[in-house]
Amino acid sequence: MCLAIPGRVLGIDTDERSVRTGRIEFGRMVKSVDMTLVPEAEVGCYVLVHAGFALNVIDEREAELTLGYFAEMAQYDETDERGE
Amino acid sequence: MKYLDEYRDPTVAVGYIRAISNLVTRPRMIMEVCGGQTHAIMKHGLDRLMPSGVTLLHGPGCPVCVTPVELINAAIALAGQDDVIFCTFGDMMRVPGSKRDLFMVKAAGGDVRTVYSPTDALRTAIANPERQVVFFAIGFETTAPANAATVHQARQRALDNFSILSAQVLIPPAMEFLLSAKDCKVDGFLAAGHVCTVTGYTEYEALAERYNIPIVVTGFEPLDILRGIHMVLEQLESGRSEVSNAYPRAVQREGNVSARRLIDKVFRVTDRAWRGFGIIPDSGLELSEEYADFDARRRFALEVTPVAESGRCISGLILRGNKTPRDCPAFGMDCTPDHPLGATMVSSEGACAAYYRYGAEAPTTTSEPGGQT
Amino acid sequence: MSDENFPACPLPISEYPRILLAHGGGGRLMHRLIDDIFVVSFADLALESGHDGAILDRPDGRIAMTTDSYVVDPLFFPGGDIGSLAVCGTVNDLAMCGARPLYLSVGFIIEEGFETALLWNIAQSMRQTARAAGVYIVTGDTKVVDRGRGHGVFINTAGVGVLEQDIHIAPERIRVGDRIIVNGDIGRHGTAIMAVREGLSFEPEIKSDCAALHKAIESLLAAGVEVHCLRDLTRGGLATTLVELAETSGLGLSVNESVVPVCDGVSGACELLGFDPMYVANEGRFAAIVPEGEADRVVEILRTIHGMTECADIGDVISSRSGRATIRGMLGVERVIQMLSGEQLPRIC
Repeated sequence: MCLAIPGRVLGIDTDERSVRTGRIEFGRMVKSVDMTLVPEAEVGCYVLVHAGFALNVIDEREAELTLGYFAEMAQYDETDERGE
Repeated sequence: MKYLDEYRDPTVAVGYIRAISNLVTRPRMIMEVCGGQTHAIMKHGLDRLMPSGVTLLHGPGCPVCVTPVELINAAIALAGQDDVIFCTFGDMMRVPGSKRDLFMVKAAGGDVRTVYSPTDALRTAIANPERQVVFFAIGFETTAPANAATVHQARQRALDNFSILSAQVLIPPAMEFLLSAKDCKVDGFLAAGHVCTVTGYTEYEALAERYNIPIVVTGFEPLDILRGIHMVLEQLESGRSEVSNAYPRAVQREGNVSARRLIDKVFRVTDRAWRGFGIIPDSGLELSEEYADFDARRRFALEVTPVAESGRCISGLILRGNKTPRDCPAFGMDCTPDHPLGATMVSSEGACAAYYRYGAEAPTTTSEPGGQT
Repeated sequence: MSDENFPACPLPISEYPRILLAHGGGGRLMHRLIDDIFVVSFADLALESGHDGAILDRPDGRIAMTTDSYVVDPLFFPGGDIGSLAVCGTVNDLAMCGARPLYLSVGFIIEEGFETALLWNIAQSMRQTARAAGVYIVTGDTKVVDRGRGHGVFINTAGVGVLEQDIHIAPERIRVGDRIIVNGDIGRHGTAIMAVREGLSFEPEIKSDCAALHKAIESLLAAGVEVHCLRDLTRGGLATTLVELAETSGLGLSVNESVVPVCDGVSGACELLGFDPMYVANEGRFAAIVPEGEADRVVEILRTIHGMTECADIGDVISSRSGRATIRGMLGVERVIQMLSGEQLPRIC
């Protein structure tokens, strides 16, 4: 559990009841998403969206690090001893 | 798409498969407890790419599969009432109760609507003040904060025509339930990444220590899952049993504090029956006293009577990892996605449905339709 | 709602802004409706009017016939409406037999209370689509049902076409070694519909791929391409079509996921809602099964003459896995494609 995908925050609004909603871009698609759970999210950051709610802000530095591990793994050689 | 496509690179996958094959020195069974991970494993064939020593087990990770029949019957009863608009995630529409499913209720005239988000249900309530709107709140901890926020917003708006039927469940108690069984065959766990996005993973540390089992927080793209499997195997091969995080871009150890606070405010922990397992203490969420007015069971005075399962269904054993779908004589024959006998065939993420759909086909004989549809 | 560039409705809308039961009653009101909306819309397309049936010259060749009913919701969506769908869908069914579409009949079932202006727009859309496709709407029928017993409007179209050449295009002609070609990226129609239903917006907008395909097919046939089978991809998407063809032909159809064209917007919407683009509806896409030697030519013709830039050779017909459609995934693992029991619904799990 489960289906949540990352999207970029294009804009954040607050309605008259103080509910924050964000315009989130996924590829070429834009959807309005409830931002109640991510008070720290800012325009330009990436959030993970599930069932119409942003659940968390994506840690872009960690994402890059992970891709770095992956790039190393693509070069994996049987003689390597690699740990994480 | 950014933060998705990069995690599907086939050359990296090849590297991981080689690394995993080199690492493993004896048979290992790794269980995931998340329907989304089951889906990804089956879709990309990760289980078939594993070396023969590594078996991937599909645990009770699908809230659709584990929702007990009696709650589905309650949902069906509510949905059939004239004054009710019943809103649900699409996942639940085809799940059969004792006699019918929500599709049939809709066909018989019930106002049943699928929604992408609980806020869609809230908007429906605002737009239809003269009708009662009930939202079927299924899900693990991933969905709990969304459901909590929606109920909270309903209260802010002083809505008197919105309520939820809670079928929320919690993962760590189910994992403990599996681990405490004497015949538990699981060597390591992939913890559900998006559950941990919300809750963090401190709760898993006690489990890892108590049961001497590695638990790795894992994401959903094929490379994330391969990484999670690799990290579990590394721990097993070096005799460690810790919690580590293979999904740090989306999960922090403390989780999402705002989300957890909201869950604690709106919900309280309760015992919950799991389909295939029976009652697991403290494994579910229901509305707290403060929000009890929004409980559909109270509002509609719903009787929820436990129901006995089909004797032929072995989904409990499959969910525990003791059997696979192929071990079931009914798989692909009397039990298919079109007429499921139990939990694991009911949802497309259930282990049996996933096997069926992604090509682990039923054995064919001349008298058998061939499992094609 | 889609006004496009339609001329104004001549039926005085202020007098009858909504369709009444009487408009289907067979009396004066119904005749006014037919004359002012349908005959006006289809007049220069119809060969006869005012009769219960159309008298048509017999074409040279074998006759192909098809029918389909259209119940799409919403009635208007980016890239089309129920009217353009009703023309294209039936034209395409004829084209998939290798026939040149000639004539359509159209039957309307209208719900009492439906806005007259919208009915006019639908009729105009059908007129424009039929004219662009070169087909004639020659006869029709109108019924009105009580409010609550119809979803705005339902349309049935039946179509007649001609096979001038002595060709046989059908699943039984599929052979091992044939290539499978799709004429463009998949999933646009279903995504456009879903966008309206789920409040998704796309920048730029995703439009339904609703289009008449017969001219593209005619180009292939005119160029002498040996076409074994054609099938348009509609509800249930590419996946369902592949399963159907595999089951009917009894052969194995194998496609490669990494070359199946899917545009970014469709991909994004599917990721969000948990859909598989392979099962998402299309209304302007077809699969062509042709001998291996013809594949490049087919792709060339479709890309250059008909602007189908995303046309792709996605797989082939194999001797193993008889009666099954299979797909090789991103990581190289082959899996069997199943038919879904119903339509995909947005999921959280």
